[in-house]
Amino acid sequence: MSTTVPTDPAPGLAAYSEVTASEASLRRFLHGLPGVDQVGAEARAAGLGTRSIKTTAKAWALDLAIRMVDLTTLEGQDTPGKVRALANKALRPDPADPSCPSVAAVCVYGDLVGEVKAIVGSQVNVAAVATAFPSGRASMAVKLADTRDAVAQGADEIDMVIDRGAFLAGHYLQVFEEIVATREACVRPDGSHAHLKVIFETGELQTYDNVRRASWLAMLAGTDFIKTSTGKVQPAATLPVTLVMLEAVRDFREATGVQIGVKPAGGIRTTKDAIKYLVMVNEIAGDDWLDPDWFRFGASTLLNDLLMQRTKMTTGRYSGPDYFTLD
Amino acid sequence: MGFEYAPAPESRSIVDIKASYGLFIDGEFVDGRGSSFKTINPATEETLAEVAEASDADVDLAVKAARRAFRGWSRMSGKERAKYLFRIARIIQERGRELAVLESIDNGKPIKESRDVDVPVVAAHFFYYAGWADKLEYAGLGPNPQPLGVAGQVIPWNFPLLMLAWKVAPALACGNTVVLKPAETTPLTALLFAEICQQADLPPGVVNIVTGAGGTGQAVVSHPDVDKVAFTGSTAVGKAIARAIAGTDKKATLELGGKAANIVFDDAAIDQAIEGIVGGIFFNQGHVCCAGSRLLVQESVADEVLARLKRRMGTLRVGDPLDKNTDIGAINSAEQLGRIRELSEIGVAEGAERWAPACDLPSSGFWFPPTIFTGVTQAHRIAREEVFGPVLSVLTFRTPAEAVEKANNTPYGLSAGVWTEKGSRILHMASQLRAGVVWANTFNKFDPTSPFGGYKESGYGREGGRQGLAAYLKGADA
Repeated sequence: MSTTVPTDPAPGLAAYSEVTASEASLRRFLHGLPGVDQVGAEARAAGLGTRSIKTTAKAWALDLAIRMVDLTTLEGQDTPGKVRALANKALRPDPADPSCPSVAAVCVYGDLVGEVKAIVGSQVNVAAVATAFPSGRASMAVKLADTRDAVAQGADEIDMVIDRGAFLAGHYLQVFEEIVATREACVRPDGSHAHLKVIFETGELQTYDNVRRASWLAMLAGTDFIKTSTGKVQPAATLPVTLVMLEAVRDFREATGVQIGVKPAGGIRTTKDAIKYLVMVNEIAGDDWLDPDWFRFGASTLLNDLLMQRTKMTTGRYSGPDYFTLD
Repeated sequence: MGFEYAPAPESRSIVDIKASYGLFIDGEFVDGRGSSFKTINPATEETLAEVAEASDADVDLAVKAARRAFRGWSRMSGKERAKYLFRIARIIQERGRELAVLESIDNGKPIKESRDVDVPVVAAHFFYYAGWADKLEYAGLGPNPQPLGVAGQVIPWNFPLLMLAWKVAPALACGNTVVLKPAETTPLTALLFAEICQQADLPPGVVNIVTGAGGTGQAVVSHPDVDKVAFTGSTAVGKAIARAIAGTDKKATLELGGKAANIVFDDAAIDQAIEGIVGGIFFNQGHVCCAGSRLLVQESVADEVLARLKRRMGTLRVGDPLDKNTDIGAINSAEQLGRIRELSEIGVAEGAERWAPACDLPSSGFWFPPTIFTGVTQAHRIAREEVFGPVLSVLTFRTPAEAVEKANNTPYGLSAGVWTEKGSRILHMASQLRAGVVWANTFNKFDPTSPFGGYKESGYGREGGRQGLAAYLKGADA
């Protein structure tokens, strides 16, 4: 998924150059976005959660969900052995069934990118968290060095965190400039760039108004994806937060012509939940986003539940957990 | 390939529809002395059952049974009456799936609504009024409040079981007995409710259910031994009832039509306002007396709101009411479909612009696509008359004062909606709007604790909440 950095911003985006010209204009713009009514947004998400996805639709959704998984391990105890095992699982999630697709990416800390890359090659992407993940509390120089290091090791995708402290203090332009700088740090010597995902840590931003503002801020700064959470803070991804972000990417494309991806991460553990997210993608953003290029699940335990349901669909039986690999 | 939802039909095997039904009088199902009529599934036009049409003599028997039962029921302690109501509420929950499926089959409403709205709210009403039965002297309606006697209740087809609950639960909690006539096109859940009364061992005659059409309803409300008339339905019939009982001792509550304004200001939370507009008019196929059938949108955001509304309407799923993914079900009857079509054609003839998303409608049954009319003014008939279908008239306004003026400029006054992120404006609008219910940043929310009722031609009296007790107690003004 390496693309060349466009020399000029998309024509639709150019119209927003004045918005990001100063702290004051950016603040005016973000605070001028329509509000989000919490009760209404949660009711809409819950309503979509009652859709009943069965038979052929379920089989289709299961394979798509597997292809959208960013198989993740972000622990202090991660070792080369652990991530190699995960990389193999990413390639062949269900060794008993060759028709089972690979996942989208393996997501690890930057120092382990090489271990994963050696196994998955170009078949599955390697995503690295960067910018002093998960807190984002480090100097800009450190964050950019963190990013460049991961890119140099071969990361296809960079999952950065925003400085929530700066955002909550109202220093929107600082957050904007950090994203712009990180995106520049994603550029490889050949001019291509690692895909950038911007993590908001919505559990710390707390309000849906903040989530909407952060989404627009990151999109204007040129991110490729917006992502809910690090997985280290509760609540992590929720349906209503993802709803607000899907509305943002939908509206952003309408305004600028630029399509941005969405990645809920953390707390999505069951097939039932994953299907609720896919229904929401379908009915809020539209089917252009029903593709691993535009929607991902940041998850670890979700994959095995998807595999168990997939096997149930094809064999008619549930198999025990020992029939699925634990990596 | 897109995400095509496979059919997900709720099984109808849980309901057992009999070939024919009699009347429920004095705790028993009895044959009617009059003729009978068929009730059909509006989604398929298949005949579901043959139902007795209660004659004047049948109604008289029902009222006599209610009168006999009143003596014991009204003297029973509130605590004992509450036990029956709690029992009924629990049985409704236990048989919730059965009630929901039957309601969707007979009415045409989507199963997701009968399952997630109608039946839970029905149970909630019985639980709520069960709680009042032994606390009536603390309701602020005077010491030792007394029931009225026999209540004659006539209910509509749009929420058959829910309207039954709104009427029966407070009447019984206050110690009245009832004779209830369900709508001609939707009698089946009321008859299943009669079965639930038997299952709950409710004393015979406390609840009597007489099926039939307008003539039966007329016999119920004009029966000399009926002390209280409660009616929900059209304004025309409401007026006829008011005339029929004028000069008698009968008390009445009438919950009639509406032409509610759903007012969207330029600072509204726009995505949620769109949901509120959609829920306000397309919930229950627009067969809702308090439906937000007039969208008043501030002119400065009208284009954006309309564009978003149209996109959202494109995702509505119209079809089989029993499919769990259906958003909009069938129109309840051929007659109602005719009325919706007629008013829509008048809208076009009067120059309003009609728009509906592309949607495949089933070949049998009664269907109407979700539809909006733009370029509508107060001078258009579709902005004044109740369509009672999935048809929204879109009007614009410039200032809050103009919004209030237009919203109130209707013979009705049942409900209104206000969408703004400004709290002070919500309070101001609520004080200015002449409507029984004003929803702020939401729409079509029903709760047993909240009174419901209209201004002007939308009727009088309140149902629900503590105020709902007043309609069934002596000396207390509803």
